[in-house]
Amino acid sequence: MSKKFLLLIFLLIAACALPFLVSNYRTFQLTLVLVYAIALLGLNLLTGYSGQISLGHGAFYALGAYCTAILMSKAGLPYWATVPLAGAVCLVAGFLFGLPALRLEGLYLALATFALGVSMPQLLKYHHLEQWTGGVQGIVIEKPNAPFSLPLNPDRWLYFFTLAVAIVMFVLAWNLVRGRVGRALVAIRDQHVAAEAMGVNGALYKSAAFGVSAMYTGVAGALGAIAVQFVAPDSFNVFLSITLLVGVVVGGLASISGALYGALFIQFVPNIADEISKAAPWAIFGVFMLGFVYLMPTGVAGAIRLLSAKRRSP
Amino acid sequence: MKRSIVFLAVSLGLALPAAAQKKYDPGASDSEIKIGNTNPYSGPASAYGTIGKSIAAYFKMVNDQGGINGRKINFISYDDSYSPPKTVEMARKLVEQDEVLFLFQTLGTPSNTAIHQYMNMKKVPQMMVATGASKWNDPKGHPWTMGWQPNYHDEAVIYAKHILKTKPNAKIAVLYQNDDYGKDYLRGLHDGLGDKKGMIVKEVSYEVSDPTVDSQIVQLQASGADTFINITTPKFAAMAIRKAYDTGWKPLQYLNNVSIGIGSVLTPAGLEKSVGLITLGYLKEPTDKQFENDPAIVKWRAFMKKYYPDGSMVDNLNVYGYTVGQAIAQVLRQCGDNLTRENVMRQAASMKGLHIETLLPGVTVTTGADDFAPIEAGQLERFDGKEWVRFGEVMGR
Repeated sequence: MSKKFLLLIFLLIAACALPFLVSNYRTFQLTLVLVYAIALLGLNLLTGYSGQISLGHGAFYALGAYCTAILMSKAGLPYWATVPLAGAVCLVAGFLFGLPALRLEGLYLALATFALGVSMPQLLKYHHLEQWTGGVQGIVIEKPNAPFSLPLNPDRWLYFFTLAVAIVMFVLAWNLVRGRVGRALVAIRDQHVAAEAMGVNGALYKSAAFGVSAMYTGVAGALGAIAVQFVAPDSFNVFLSITLLVGVVVGGLASISGALYGALFIQFVPNIADEISKAAPWAIFGVFMLGFVYLMPTGVAGAIRLLSAKRRSP
Repeated sequence: MKRSIVFLAVSLGLALPAAAQKKYDPGASDSEIKIGNTNPYSGPASAYGTIGKSIAAYFKMVNDQGGINGRKINFISYDDSYSPPKTVEMARKLVEQDEVLFLFQTLGTPSNTAIHQYMNMKKVPQMMVATGASKWNDPKGHPWTMGWQPNYHDEAVIYAKHILKTKPNAKIAVLYQNDDYGKDYLRGLHDGLGDKKGMIVKEVSYEVSDPTVDSQIVQLQASGADTFINITTPKFAAMAIRKAYDTGWKPLQYLNNVSIGIGSVLTPAGLEKSVGLITLGYLKEPTDKQFENDPAIVKWRAFMKKYYPDGSMVDNLNVYGYTVGQAIAQVLRQCGDNLTRENVMRQAASMKGLHIETLLPGVTVTTGADDFAPIEAGQLERFDGKEWVRFGEVMGR
């Protein structure tokens, strides 16, 4: 236990030191990794723990991003205040979407969420919403500077801000899955009928899981918008939703740390693929994905778990 | 002693101007010039990716021929899948990590919007962007960004002028896509007509998500208009042309340049239904019979065969890439040994009537300190059922 604790401390120190060792551009990329990690954590709560597949989480990511962009550019709110608000909006939206959608099981739920993901970019272009969303033009937002005249450039500051939010979100998720709620979710996933018989309110828990999951993704969207300084409908197409699902599976289902591995995968592997071949970047990406799925069928987190278990029992 | 002082003075005098002549910003050196680019090689707009590939092929040819002023071009192009956040990431990579001298031909209106502020804040040129929005021509607000092709606004002004000249009593109906692209055109039309704006009797828009534009065409026909300006993207252009013909309306039709593909638009619409359409061209079409033996197109074909054999010989986007490559090569030649970002911008803003042979005869590239729109001219073309036939003189600037 204490060994694990030490490892966490070490990781935290490494995470804090990292932006001072690499360029601003890499710091920006690492910020995006943290952003994706939060989104993947949210999706993992839903897919990994409660066993529901969502092909539409890009929509919640977009919702969070637009909340932040609109609040910053139209209402003049400071960036940090928009993040919890974006999370709250997505929590409610996710819960409400979850209520009817969760009567659908498995593949049907996947299709319902897919519909959400597909329609989101077009909804954002809808001309009655244009005065807020900026239509296809999107919204450009200002990059925040470090407060209290801290000696950090905007990229580094944003990294630490995102890191702080990410730590809070990870600790929350860790507590959530270890407690009553987590057990209830896993029970629903593994044996729906038995869980109901034990007094777990299936529909409520599933809706709540959807809401919380959407909230995580929304917070990630908000942070992503601040980091990229721009939102537009084309940023949030259905491919984003699929990419998130890929990240969850590659990282490791039902694993907190898996979110981080998945985030590293979806951030860096497409870039590597593009560097290998301009003609067929997706084919290379596909090879990577197949490789991961075959070599680590339980995701990166699962493989690491397996390795350390093997080492302990020779 | 005295002699050596004189020698020192002379050699200093000689050395100083030479040192002053060679000036470099990051990305330029005695041996190479690094140019950055983003293109959608994957994703929904990957058809445009061939522009990036043809530009890369063009630079390869330039390097084979000895480079520019003895320097090789190192063209670094990344895939952004037409996703603005990815464009931001890649632009930052190019500027901060690869340290390119400037970005060139980054593609897409949303993608370029996403990096517009960043590039201007960093003071790194965002050169000759591959989009037709008019906002790239803003030398005061964004002095590090420059457009390339005739923008939507100016194209519409040319249609308006042509109507005023040839059909002063026209009653105009407009169909436009409800986004910044459509609105750019619409604004140009209003500006071009000026105080004769009343000639427009009906304006109807459609959404990209609409299944058809049939009801819009019926509305436009009912307005009693005799001139139809069709501001639509390929799929809708084909539907609009067909419907306007089938309802028996048969107005004089102007079709915007983005949808003039014979294979992609006019054939599905019906070639016989497309007869008489008017548009504005600025590039030589590789499929155009008139240019079958044109030296520029013959040269382009040879270039394609040698440097980009996978590329399509009928895709005018490959002519586009080849053409814009020549423009930037000229800018770099003008820069000489002063390869600072500021000088690149200054030289790009002082192209006076540069003619590139793959542009239509009479169309030139002209810029100035207050004009960041390189191509602002084109020639009207009418579709005769088989091909676009140019007529009249080159219009615009």
